[in-house]
Amino acid sequence: MTRRPEPDPEVGAAVADAHRREWAFVLAATARVARDIDVAEECVQDAYVAALAAWSRQGIPRNPGAWLTTTARRRALDAQRRDRTLRAKLPLLIEPDSQAGPAGAPAAAGEAADPEEDVIADDRLRLVFTCCHPALAREAQVALTLRLVCGVTTAETAQAFLVTEPTMAARVTRAKKKISAARIPYRVPGPAELPDRLDAVLTVIHLLYTTGHTAPAGSDLVRGDLVERAIGLARMLRELMPDEPEVRGLLALLLLTDARRATRADADGRLLLLEEQDRSRWDRVAIDEGIGLVTGTLRGRYGPAGGAGLGRPGRFVLQAAIAAVHAEAASYGETDWPQLLQLYGELQKAWPTPVVALNRAVVHAMVAGPEAGLADIEGVERDGRLAGYRYLPAAKADLLRRLGRHQDAARAYRTALDLTDNDAERAFLVRRITEVSARPADGE
Amino acid sequence: MTEYLILIYERESGYAEGGPAVWEEVGKAHGRFAEQVGEKGGKIVGGNALQPTATATSIRSDVVTDGPFAETKEALGGYYLIEARDLDHALEIAKLCPAPFGGVEVRPIMNMSGT
Repeated sequence: MTRRPEPDPEVGAAVADAHRREWAFVLAATARVARDIDVAEECVQDAYVAALAAWSRQGIPRNPGAWLTTTARRRALDAQRRDRTLRAKLPLLIEPDSQAGPAGAPAAAGEAADPEEDVIADDRLRLVFTCCHPALAREAQVALTLRLVCGVTTAETAQAFLVTEPTMAARVTRAKKKISAARIPYRVPGPAELPDRLDAVLTVIHLLYTTGHTAPAGSDLVRGDLVERAIGLARMLRELMPDEPEVRGLLALLLLTDARRATRADADGRLLLLEEQDRSRWDRVAIDEGIGLVTGTLRGRYGPAGGAGLGRPGRFVLQAAIAAVHAEAASYGETDWPQLLQLYGELQKAWPTPVVALNRAVVHAMVAGPEAGLADIEGVERDGRLAGYRYLPAAKADLLRRLGRHQDAARAYRTALDLTDNDAERAFLVRRITEVSARPADGE
Repeated sequence: MTEYLILIYERESGYAEGGPAVWEEVGKAHGRFAEQVGEKGGKIVGGNALQPTATATSIRSDVVTDGPFAETKEALGGYYLIEARDLDHALEIAKLCPAPFGGVEVRPIMNMSGT
């Protein structure tokens, strides 16, 4: 053990802050020099440890990210000089910048052969697109993004996804091996591939958010840290690709959904529906930012991402617009249901999935009555792809309840109950079953 | 450049039912594919079509049995060995590879000489 000076709490906080803010930048820039993700990760870890001592001695640098990057890159070069076997390994494929870069993305500096050059190329987009490469399984994309882009430890990542640490470690290792062995390039995809590739990145960030927002099991409805990470990633992407409507759409969607976080459950952790939530406690700052983003996007050119043609908004923009309609309504009763129905219609065109059809059915019921919605839901049921999706029987039960078909409603609520492990959601369903079971017989 | 194997997996019944017309059509498509690989900046190092799985013989622990190694709906029917810059380049090429009754799998070749 080396003797270290007493850690200064201010320095500790600065290092922690730099970890949260600069990790992706430092790792992305170091990977370019190290040409190996594992080596880059190690060097970046070392740089953060070194920062603790160095900043205590010399003071906190004006640009912590640049300090960390320079330190990590130097270590990477030293490691390469020391370790010849590194050069025998398959190096990370760094493509020249001229081949990369979507329209509108800030132009990165040229190939950084000199790690001590003043301007360090911002390689965060390369890192994100490599982590979310379609040749990697979705769960590997998610694990790599958390680990490499957010700097979250394997232990924490494992906890967030309810798997053991060795399982998560193996998942990350397999994915890194594939990047190297299959030669997945370290680059931002060209314009032709960009829509599909960007969609994968947005899907991963959204998945991180939803995993945090509704923990699949256990007692916490919101796993706050994952939610923060997802919003942070969406903000980073917005900064790096400011002209991509779907990127704005995703950030808006996350902000608008998260604005309701504090009201999703009551003091006892009981799940509250949109209609029961205290709208005065919604986060107005987040809502305003979200609405600003989505308004600009609906007015501006529409992105090709999400499979929609030019001139049509993509799925994230439309989902954000839907969330904005909810956020703008002063009360549940004042919700603009016809506008929602129209937006869901658009969404179904841009993103024809049974989940969208189910949501549209619920809105259809608000516009045209529960019977119309129920007919739609039965259509989704016949489609079969949502078998096992707990929100289908839950939505169906709700419409049956409103039609006074209490026995049918109770049966559907029980089906939903069998499909969920989330304690807050289970409590809600049990409450509903008790309510409808206490009502008079069907048709009353 | 890295070498990749493009494995073509298809339902054999597609060809059995389609007859000579399908054979001719797919054969032409493979001819076009060979030209396209060069245009894309890749290179075909080798490749062949295989006889159907009915002609396959498998050996496992010295026991010889008739039939393919694994029974699947879509069987390995042919392959190309190509050279490409990276996986994205290889996938761009593989997307052009005809496989009307199935799809293709892309596998990097393990480099044994570099170690």
